Amino acid sequence: MAISESTAPAAHADTTGVRPPVLPARSGRRSGRRGAVGWLFIFPFLVVFLAFLVAPLAYAGYLSLYTKGLATGTTFAGIDNYTRAFTDPSFLKGLWLVVRFSLVVIPLQMGVALVAALVLDEVTGRLARFARLTIFLPYAIPAVLGALMWGFLYSPSFGPIEQISSLFNVQAPFLLSQGNIFYGLLNVVTWQWSGYYMVIIYAALKSIDTSIYEAARIDGAGSRQVALRIKVPMVSSAFALILVFALIGTLQFFSEPQILGPIANGSVTPDFTPNIYAFNLAFTYAQFNYASAISFSLGFVVFVAVAVFMVVTRKKGSIFT
Amino acid sequence: MSIATQRPRPRHVGAKLLLLAMVCYFLIPVWWLIVASTKNAQGLFSGSGALWFNGFHLFANLKDLFTYNNGEYLRWLGNSVLYAATGGVGSTIISVLAGYGFAKFRFRGRNLIFAMVLGSVMVPLTALVIPTFVLMSNAGLTDTVWAVILPSLLSPFGVYLMRVYTAASVPDELLDAARIDGAGELRTFLRVALPLMRPAVVTVLLLSVVATWNNYFLPLTMLSSSKLYPLTVGIGLWEQLASSNNGGGHSVWSLIIVGSLVSIIPLVIAFLTLQKYWQGGLAVGSLK
Repeated sequence: MAISESTAPAAHADTTGVRPPVLPARSGRRSGRRGAVGWLFIFPFLVVFLAFLVAPLAYAGYLSLYTKGLATGTTFAGIDNYTRAFTDPSFLKGLWLVVRFSLVVIPLQMGVALVAALVLDEVTGRLARFARLTIFLPYAIPAVLGALMWGFLYSPSFGPIEQISSLFNVQAPFLLSQGNIFYGLLNVVTWQWSGYYMVIIYAALKSIDTSIYEAARIDGAGSRQVALRIKVPMVSSAFALILVFALIGTLQFFSEPQILGPIANGSVTPDFTPNIYAFNLAFTYAQFNYASAISFSLGFVVFVAVAVFMVVTRKKGSIFT
Repeated sequence: MSIATQRPRPRHVGAKLLLLAMVCYFLIPVWWLIVASTKNAQGLFSGSGALWFNGFHLFANLKDLFTYNNGEYLRWLGNSVLYAATGGVGSTIISVLAGYGFAKFRFRGRNLIFAMVLGSVMVPLTALVIPTFVLMSNAGLTDTVWAVILPSLLSPFGVYLMRVYTAASVPDELLDAARIDGAGELRTFLRVALPLMRPAVVTVLLLSVVATWNNYFLPLTMLSSSKLYPLTVGIGLWEQLASSNNGGGHSVWSLIIVGSLVSIIPLVIAFLTLQKYWQGGLAVGSLK
C-alpha cells in the first residue's frame, strides 16, 4: 500500500506539468542528481540496517551451521543444529507455550482494545478522557516493572489478592505457581498492551467520516449495528496491523517471565520460552552455535506465522500488500 | 474538545460503568505502587490493607533509594536517560531522513530496499540479540555504552511510519517550488518538509524513546558491570537480590517499589504533555 500510494502522486505531478518545462537532457541529469540525494538521505539508515540487522542475521545463520566441541574444535555441522532444535523437547515445549499463549492473549487483548475504543468513540466527557489516558498508561511503564508490580499483587506475603481472600477464609490461588503462571502472565500482558492497541484503533475510528453514521441512522441502524457493521469493518486494516505486531511480540516472549522467575518458585524454567532458552544456552552454557540455531528457528516460526496470517486475512490496505 | 459540553445521554450508563471498571483494572497496579511507596518495610509486610495507606514514609524511602549502595540507583537512572536520549533521538533522526528519502526521491533500488525494510519489521528483534552480542564482543564493544546505544538506532517501523506520513502530508509541488526558488536539498528538507512532518516526528521520537527506556533483553545481554545498567536491568538485579535472601531482603523490597515508582514518572509525564501529538501520529501507520 505504501509503495503504490507514494509513487502515484509523483507520476501525477509529472503528467500535469507542474514542473517548469526543461530540456529532456537536463531533466534526465537532474533526476539522476536527485536520485543521488535520495541515497544520501537513506544512507545513515542503510548503515545501521546493514550493521545491526543484516550482519547479525547473516552471522547467526553462519554460526548455526557449525558446532563447537571441546575436543573437536569448530566443525561444519550443516543442518544438524536445526534437526536437533526441532527435536529438542525443551525448544518444542517453549514453542508450544508461546503459541498457546498467543492464541489466548491476542484475542483477549484485541477484544479489550476494540471494546474500549468503540466505547470511547461513543461516550464523551471527562470520564472518557480520563479512561483513555488510564487505559493507555501501562504502555508507558516498562514491561519489567509491569511484571514486577503484578508479581507483588499476586504475592502471598503482601499482595491484596491473598488479603481479600483471607477475609472470606478462602485459600487464594497463587498466580505464579506451576499450574497458574500461564494465567498470571496472561493478565500481565493484557494489562500492559491493550491500551496501546486501543489508541491505534481509536485513532482509526476518529478518522472515519461521520456522515456515514448519519446515513446509517437514517436507514434505521442502531448504535450497535453502526459499531458492528460500519465501524469494525472500517478499522480492519488498523486491526490487521496491530495483530501482526502482537503476534511478533508474543512469540518472542522474554522479559515478563524472566522477571517473574525469581519470585515464582521455579515455575519459570530455563527453557520456559524459546527466547529464554536461547538466552540461557548462550550465556549460561556458552553454546552460542546452538543458541543461534534456536534464535533462527524461532525467527523462522515467527516469519511463517506472520506469512500464514497475511494469507489468511489478505485484505486491501494491509501494510504488506 | 467541544464535544465535552454535550449533555451525556442516559443510554450511555452501561458504557460508562464499563469504562469505570476498566479504569479500576488499569489503575490498580499503579495505585498499589503509590500506596506501597509510602510504607516502610514493616508496613509492607504487616499483612493488612495492601491497597490502603499505613503510615507515611515516602521521603525516608526516597532517601534510602538514592543513597543505597553508594547511590547506584541514581547512576542507573542517569544511564537510562543516556540510552533513551541517544538511542531514541538518534534512531528518530535516522528514521526521519530515511522516510523522507524513500517518500520524496526516486532512485534505482528504492522499492527493493523498502521491501526489505518492510520484511525486516517481521524479523523478531530478539533473535538478533545473541548474534549481535557475539559480533560486538569480537569488536570489543560489549560491556560499554555503545553496545546498548548502537543497536537501538535501528527502527524499521519508524522508517515505515515516516515514509507513509511524508508521502501523504508533504506535497511535491511545495518542494519543487522551494527548489526553483534556489533552495538546496538540505535547506528544502529542513525549512519546508520538516515542519510539515512534525506530528510523525514526535510520534516516532516517543515510540523509540519508550522502546529504549523500557528495553531489558538487550542491556541484560550486553552489559556485565552493574555501573552501566539502565533502570530495568538494575531493578531486576535488586529483585534477584531480594528474593535470594528472604530474611534480609525486606528493606530491598521497599527500595524496589519506590524505585519502580520513580522510574515510571518521566515517561508518564512525557506522554501526558505530548498527547496531542502522539494520539494523532500513532494512527498514521495504520490508516488506509
